[in-house]
This record gives sequence, structure tokens and C-alpha cells, in this order.
Amino acid sequence: MNGELVLMNNERRTMDNQAKNVNLGDSKKMTVGLFIPCYVDQFYPNAGIATLQLLEKLGVDVHYPAGQTCCGQPMANSGFEHLTHGCNDLFIKNFSGYDYIVAPSGSCVLHVKDHLHSGQEEDKALSVRGKIYELIEFLTDVLKVENLEARFPHKVGLHQSCHGQRGLKLSQMTELVAPGFSKPGYLLNMVKDLELVPLDRMDECCGFGGTFCVAEEAVSVKMGKDRVEDHLKHGAEFITAADMSCLMHMEGILRRKKSGVKVMHIAEILNAG
Amino acid sequence: MMERTHKDHAQLSDVFNEDEPRVNWHDETLWWVRQKRDRAAHGIPEFELLRETASQIKNNVLSNLSDYLVQFEANALANGIIVHWAANAAEHNRIVHSILEKHDVKRIVKSKSMLTEECHLNEYLGGQGISVVDSDLGELIVQLAKEPPSHIVLPCIHKKKEEIGEIFHRHLGTEKGMSDPQVLTETARQHLRETFLTRRIALTGVNFAIAETGEFVVCTNEGNADMGAHLSDVHIASMGIEKLIPKRKHLGVFLRLLTRSATGQPVTTYSSHFKTPRKGQEMHIILVDNGRSAQLGRKEFRNSLKCIRCGACMNTCPVYRRSGGHSYHNAIAGPIGAILAPNLDMKEYADLPFASTLCGSCSNVCPVKIDIHDQLYKWRQVIVQEGYAATVKSVSMKAMAFTLSSPALYRFAGKSGRLFLKYAPFAVSNQMNPWYKQREMPEPPAESFGEWYKKNRN
Ligand code: SF4
Repeated sequence: MNGELVLMNNERRTMDNQAKNVNLGDSKKMTVGLFIPCYVDQFYPNAGIATLQLLEKLGVDVHYPAGQTCCGQPMANSGFEHLTHGCNDLFIKNFSGYDYIVAPSGSCVLHVKDHLHSGQEEDKALSVRGKIYELIEFLTDVLKVENLEARFPHKVGLHQSCHGQRGLKLSQMTELVAPGFSKPGYLLNMVKDLELVPLDRMDECCGFGGTFCVAEEAVSVKMGKDRVEDHLKHGAEFITAADMSCLMHMEGILRRKKSGVKVMHIAEILNAG
Repeated sequence: MMERTHKDHAQLSDVFNEDEPRVNWHDETLWWVRQKRDRAAHGIPEFELLRETASQIKNNVLSNLSDYLVQFEANALANGIIVHWAANAAEHNRIVHSILEKHDVKRIVKSKSMLTEECHLNEYLGGQGISVVDSDLGELIVQLAKEPPSHIVLPCIHKKKEEIGEIFHRHLGTEKGMSDPQVLTETARQHLRETFLTRRIALTGVNFAIAETGEFVVCTNEGNADMGAHLSDVHIASMGIEKLIPKRKHLGVFLRLLTRSATGQPVTTYSSHFKTPRKGQEMHIILVDNGRSAQLGRKEFRNSLKCIRCGACMNTCPVYRRSGGHSYHNAIAGPIGAILAPNLDMKEYADLPFASTLCGSCSNVCPVKIDIHDQLYKWRQVIVQEGYAATVKSVSMKAMAFTLSSPALYRFAGKSGRLFLKYAPFAVSNQMNPWYKQREMPEPPAESFGEWYKKNRN
């Protein structure tokens, strides 16, 4: 079924107009291809299910192309971008037919946006790069969500995953002298009974970093421990993020220290209750 | 991770991390500097505009470097400065040595200069029987400890004050156990005073050289560059060719950014302009290339030459803070060191671009807007293509690329006991599984999302 859908128009302005139609209940015109990154598919299916259900709840016509695997990022970030052609072509084949592509992972989306190329079909690659959205920015910028029917009565620490934050600009960055904003924070504030805990270091990296997490094991773990500690110190019961890879790393550390604190993808919280 | 027997960032960081309380102390000390930087930056609303302006001025310099160099040389000569050109570190060191020989001088005083570190000048001169005293307090400490600096602005930031007390006790005769910073500083001052008064040649670095006027500017907090230069008969200034700015009016942009970014001060205590030698003094400038022209020719990496050596990218780097400057085994550590070093020796420094999570904080603090983390990514591609990545890693990467480009294989790998784990990004160099050492593996769920979707949606 994928690939046959006609790409109506890949100009973002036009699509934003279509997106507004979604809120008016006219969702027929827009199709969304759901990209579930490989490690989410394999280890954290609940994050994928929550993403799908959340988009469906908001009236979006979502499809999950069955032949998908990975965006190629783990290889590219390790210096093996030249090995990613197979992944890239498969990605284009699976997703170029949709109006939008949405994925619950900032770093995979950033990778596709910045580095997806194709030998034969570079125009298609460019079009894919222009229409892929991370879930949070899709909710705030395209669907322009103003309220959510969700309840999550817990203290939550929000981890700003670097690729989402500094790459996709999901939140303002503490280094810059510029007005603050936080797209994930904006959405979490719509969730009933949820309390966001403050952090000492608002946007420090957790140390996952793809292959960095094994190649530089000592520093990676130390970064992860420090990040987790900040959340624990402020009484978080859950650590959430728009990127499951950071959470997988922090979960590994939490579970090793037998902490009762859990990690949860932001889609699961926005879809809760 | 690299196929090399010599120094490696991951191994050196491993050692650094054996003492966790020390890592905490190092991290917090540098984070404190980063916070001071934030406060200083947020104190001026036009900070981002300043960064953009500085970046554009430097871009202009890089695009017209040869013209500005010629202009600078002509003006410096007209000012009575003797100008030398050094293609590489060895040439630079020989030029310095020849000046010393001409004046029959065996002892010199030096104020902090990262360029002379890059050229390993102290070692070279040591081999020629010449003694060099570093007059910057931090430099003096690492020099006494026989260590290289671990940070370009804060050379001994890796040393606790008790350790500095011990070094002073051994070398400068302070009381054992004395670690009061004020006492130590005073001791260093007394020690250096004698040096300043007896050395006839002083060497300084250069922060900015102005093409329009042929003058150069040296920024210090201790005034030691001035002390050295003003008391000596001969002043030698070493500068990388990228230190130029076109006009004097541009200087303000950089002086406002430099220390705010470096330490959170509004400006350095001393920003000293040197234009003409005073009567009876000899003034030399050595313009050093040492790989800079090659870097200028690498389109994707050239703008690393905009660097003004403020050190902000190190202070903010979560990896640097937890691995220490020496883990970069290069004169310039941290993110900027990691993009400069491979240009000089790709094999020796193949590990450095991988010593990063690509979080991007460095690029955000950089006062001249170098796209540091993007360059780290690009260096990785170059290093792998040039064949400097370990074979074992290449093989598992190829297996992974193959699995991930075939849906059927991928599903099979997933189903059969989650073989996927074997190829997962965090388990690639899976000899002893470094993931598991200090972290639990994720628990494989009963079914993948793909399997769930098939049952529930189609
Ligand atoms: S790269 Fe930028 S932040 Fe780092 S030392 Fe150079 S100027 Fe400073």
C-alpha cells in the first residue's frame, strides 16, 4: 500500500495549510507514514504503539510501511555514511509516497533531514528530507495541538535529547542568548496531574551518542550516571524524552543501580490516561 | 576502537575515570566556568549579534588571508618589526633558536602561547641547552610538574590546589602542606620576578594581529606578557597565520567576546598592543603556517581556522569535563583540538573525532560560530574512508548495513531470539560487551512493534 499514495505537494507551506484541515476534521487529504526506528521496534514497541495511537486520536491518517528497518544513523555517525545507501534507498521507497513522515525519535529524524541521499533519486531523497518530522514538532508545528486528553499523575523529569534540542530546535538551548521555549515542555504541561521537576543542568547530554556508548564506555557511563542523578535528586519518578536511545542508556544505568525510577517515551505520557 | 597501539582517547579516559570523585571535581570546576560564561553572555543582549559579526569578520579573513598577510607584513616592517615566516613547527623552532644564538642567550622567559606548545618549542630548546621559564602561573605549574597543559586557557585546571602546593613545596621551597592560593601565587611572583629581571629575551604569543596597522595584541590576566616584553632587549612574538583581523576597529568585537566566552570576565585584565620596538629593543614576529594552509584548503574544515582559542568549547563539553585534557594527547584538547589535530596527523589523531556524542553544545558556545560538531561528523567519514578505523569495527558495520538494508533479514534477525542485539548500535564492538559492564541491557519485549502492528492494524 505504501509507495502508491500520490504525493500531493511537497511544499511545506501548502502542507501546513493541509495540516490545518486536520484540526477541522478534514483528515482525508493528508497521509502520514509512521517511521519506527529499529531499536524502538525491537525493544520499545510501546513507544511506537503510543505514537500510533496518539496520532490516530488526533484524527491523522497514519500508515506503517511494513518493509522498514533503520535510518542508517548508527553507521553514519560512526564514519560509515558510505555504507548507508541500502538503508537510504529502502527508506525512500517506503516513505516517499506520504505527505508527511513522523517518527518518535529526534536523532533519527535529524539524521534523515541532514544526511539522506540517493544515487538515482536525489529529488525523492530531498523531498523525504523536507517532510520528515519528529513526533513532538509534528504535534506542535503541523497539527498545532492546543490540548490533549491525557493524565499522568507523576513527577516527571524531562531529558532534552541533544539531537532533538540542538539539531531540530525542539527547545531553546542554554548556551544561546535568546528567548526560551520548549515544545516537549509545552505538550507535557497539557497533561493532567503531571508535575515537571526542575533540573540543575537543563540540557546536558546523557552520553549515549550511538557507538560512543560502547567505544567510549567509561565517559558514556559517567555522563549517564550524572544525568540520572540530576533527575533523582529532584524527585523524578519518571524520566522522559523524545528520544528512546537516551532513555535506553539511562534505563540501563537506573536498572543496574536497582532504582525504582522508570524511563518512558514522551509519546506514552502524552497518550496516557 | 582504533587499530593502533599508541595513545587513544577512550583508553586514557578509562584511566581518568578510575577516580570518580576526581572526575566529579573536574566536571564541576569546568561547569562552574561554563556558568560564569553564561552569565557574562546573558549580560549583553547583543551577544548573538557579536558572535555573528566575529564569525563574518573571520570568514572574510580566511577568504583573503594571503592579502592580509602581505599587508600585515608591510605595515609591521614599516613599524620596525622584523618579520619571519615559518612553514612548520621545526622551522619556527629553528628561527627562535637562531635569534637566541645571535644574541648569545641561553635563558628565556615565555608567556603563555599555545602555538609554542603546538610546536613543542620548550622540548626543542631544552635539547639545545636553553632554559625556558613559563611566566604564566598555570603554565609554570604544569612546567614544574613536567606535564603538558590540559586546557588552552586554564593549563593546570586538572590540578587540585593541594597538588599545586606539593609541586611548589618540591620546586620552589614552600612549606609542606601549604596550599593557600594567595601564598602560592606570591611565591610564584617572587620566583618570576627574578626571572623577568634577568632574561634578556622574552617570547609571547599573539591573540590578534591587525593587518591595517601592523600591530599585534596579547591578552593576559597576569600582565606577564608585558613584564617579559618590556624588561627584555628582544621580544619574539609567535603567531599562527590565522590570527589576523583586517582593521583595528574590528578588535572590539573580539575583545568583548574572548574573555566572556573564556572565563566569564568582561575583558582580559591586560590587552596589550605592540606596534613598534622601543628604543634599543628588537622586536620579531614569526608567522607560522604549520598545517594551516592545508586546513584552509579543506573546504569542509577550513572554518576551524576562525578559532580565537577561548576554550569555551572545552568548558561546555560533557566529554572533556569527564575525560580531562590529557586524554586528547594533543597540545589543543577538547572539541576544537579534535577537529584541528587530524589535519596535522590523521593516523595519530584518528580517535579524536570519535571522542564526542555530537551533542552540539560546543558549536553553540563558540564565539566565532565554528560548526565544531558537524566537523567532527565529517572527520569521522574522512577517517574511515582513509582506512584508519579498526577492521573489526568495519566488519560489524558492514554486517549491520547489510541487515538493515534488507527487511526480510532484519525481521529474521529480530525474531530469532532478538539477534538484532548483536547488530544494535550499542553492541557493535561486542567482544566483551562494554554496554553491560555498567548498564543493564534493555529487556526484549514479547513482540516487536512490527509484529504488534500486523496483528492489530492490518
Ligand atoms: S573553537 Fe570556538 S569555542 Fe572552541 S576555543 Fe576556538 S573559538 Fe573558543
